Amino acid sequence: MSFLTMVYAYLYYFAALVLVVGLVYKVVQYARTPAPLKIPTTPAPTTRTGVVFRMTREVVLFESLFRGNKWTWIFGWIFHFGLFLVTLRHLRYFIEPVWLPIKLVQPFGVYGGMAMVVGLVGLWSRRFFVDRVRYISSPSDHLILVLLIAIGCSGLLMRFVFHTDVVAVKSFFLGLYAFDPRPLPSDPILLLHLLLVAILMIVFPYSKLLHAPGLFFSPSRNQVDNPREQRHVAPWAKRLEQE
Amino acid sequence: MAKATFEVPELSQYIEVPAVTPETMAHSMPFVAKPEFQEPLGFPGELMDDWQQKAIGKMGELLGKYRSLRVYLDACVKCGSCTDKCHYYLGTKDPKNMPVGRQDLMRKVYRRYFTLAGKLFPKLVGAEEFTKEVLDDWYSYYHQCSQCRRCSVFCPYGIDTAEISMAAREIMDSIGVGQKYCNEIIGKVYKIGNNLGLPGPALADTLEGLEEDVYDETGVRVRYPIDEEGAEILLITPSADFFAEPHVDGLIGYGKVFHEAGVSWTLSSYASEAANFGMFIGSYDNMRRVAQRIREAAIQLKVKRIVFGECGHAWRVAYSFLNTLAGPWDFLDPRYPVPQHICEFTYDLIQRGKLTFDKSENDDKVLTYHDSCNVARASRMGDTPGGQFEIPRAIIRATCNHFYDMDEDTIRDRTFCCGGGGGLLTDDLMELRVKGAKPRVEALNNVMQEKAVTHMAAICAICKSQFTKVLPYYGMEMDQIVSLHQLVSNAIVLTGQDTEGDDEDETDEAA
Repeated sequence: MSFLTMVYAYLYYFAALVLVVGLVYKVVQYARTPAPLKIPTTPAPTTRTGVVFRMTREVVLFESLFRGNKWTWIFGWIFHFGLFLVTLRHLRYFIEPVWLPIKLVQPFGVYGGMAMVVGLVGLWSRRFFVDRVRYISSPSDHLILVLLIAIGCSGLLMRFVFHTDVVAVKSFFLGLYAFDPRPLPSDPILLLHLLLVAILMIVFPYSKLLHAPGLFFSPSRNQVDNPREQRHVAPWAKRLEQE
Repeated sequence: MAKATFEVPELSQYIEVPAVTPETMAHSMPFVAKPEFQEPLGFPGELMDDWQQKAIGKMGELLGKYRSLRVYLDACVKCGSCTDKCHYYLGTKDPKNMPVGRQDLMRKVYRRYFTLAGKLFPKLVGAEEFTKEVLDDWYSYYHQCSQCRRCSVFCPYGIDTAEISMAAREIMDSIGVGQKYCNEIIGKVYKIGNNLGLPGPALADTLEGLEEDVYDETGVRVRYPIDEEGAEILLITPSADFFAEPHVDGLIGYGKVFHEAGVSWTLSSYASEAANFGMFIGSYDNMRRVAQRIREAAIQLKVKRIVFGECGHAWRVAYSFLNTLAGPWDFLDPRYPVPQHICEFTYDLIQRGKLTFDKSENDDKVLTYHDSCNVARASRMGDTPGGQFEIPRAIIRATCNHFYDMDEDTIRDRTFCCGGGGGLLTDDLMELRVKGAKPRVEALNNVMQEKAVTHMAAICAICKSQFTKVLPYYGMEMDQIVSLHQLVSNAIVLTGQDTEGDDEDETDEAA
């Protein structure tokens, strides 16, 4: 096994570990922190089912962002939907045999890759051209966009310009499952692409990318509007009552 | 026009998003509470020596107690959706009044002390030490948030700056930096029973006066009882209703509605305040202590139902938190929600045809309706979501012939705060209040021009006080703001009312 393959194998074990452990830690932390008061932004659904619908609209359509800012919504939605398609397309490298839906989604995944880059460039340009957004952007906000754009572009380059041996890439990743890494092609663009993705995985639980799990725990969105009907008391608040 | 020591913004036809102009409001700070106002609430009297360490400790405690705070500090992606939504940003151009700008004052401290990225690469992620300068910024800008939740409507993650402002105020209180206005008032509630410090005998006197006024005007003996044991309904209303215009006209209206409904009711001198300023300072303990007074009064007076008068943040605490803070209410009549809003009560009577109105009594006015922020975005009325918008409007339509809504972008859940909510209704913040009112006044001005609107009805004591004070700065009249139940009071025809009374009304008003 080459040195390069070794480095990438360990990099991906490490990245996967950080991503999974980091995310599990945050999700558990969110879940265990009580929400002592009912604070849904109203009008809010009065039933659990209604909340599921509200949340689905937020996750799939970015409803609140749509109401807030149309440009950010267009770019943001294009990026996220593109990323979703790209992720589905990439699943073929990680499963054997490849499921039928993943086979069918392959051509759309390419468009997804393009859409992703377009959306990201739009979002990034807002950080320069809209004075309010410029004001609130810190270096990390720019860097994360650069990282994602670089991932998208390196991926598209491999698809259209510098092809790599995808069969070998797949066998590398499948080998990781069995702790038996197979040789990874040494095309620079592939190595760059994989390095950036690993960085993204590592950064995820320590950055604003936590907005993904965070949304599901946002009390203003996930609470049922029924405070008069059902008494809602957090464990720490209950202790006050016993005093 | 009222005199101003600052520049009153010019009104425009549409909401104009101003260019970012840093630090325009850095000087705006409310008076700091003296030790005598801090200690009754359980807070240190003045800034502690080791305040920084204490503050970080308190932040850690709150992060463990409030999921909202934890998630909201992590989740923001700086997308900018909220940046043009806050009335204080629109009115002051100060970027620290953009919701995310305000949140970042705490987020940068959170990142420095509670996140790996902020500990390792503070510059990269915009993390900062909690210095005295940062604390000063906190005191200034966390007292430029009216906790109206407009930002949370447009945030893709529902981040509510109010939650962060409340936590910031709680942290500042815990190190001895409290706001005089809120903390003095909470002390008054503990000592006397209401925000204005009106003692029981004064209330009884006022209510007796109201009974006489209503009798003189209508020839009907409408009662305004206080501390009457065994009454069916306990009315909890903001103490402004007891003495100031236009609030008191609303209280007169509640009494007439109860009279027509034929139910017995009472006020309580012990719980003579609907507002709960404990929420403004983010203090669960103080909010609970204030709310418990209502429970005690309800038990003591042996009532069966609780109804709240017109008050915005109060209705949030009542609707959303009262069951949590002072429940369970199993000793009250289970057929009615606890608590009920006076608008729900009146609306129900209208639906059942129990009230008779002479709408022409309000023909001297063309009305619009201001959705108070906390009623709109933090509570509900009736059984269906959005009832908090429809029920008050239905009452206006039932009592007035001329009603027009303001621009859709400025009402319902997109309503603009009056500019005085969340513990900012104090004269030491006058500049902020005037500038923060701009978006609402702009929308009002537009319907005044286009629809000849003369009056704006509201169901919040803070909104009413704020507009009374602020409208004159914009060249409008202070009495253009009216109570919703003032309209009910004008139009309601009481059973046995002297219908010849119209002329007398006129002379009364002239007198």
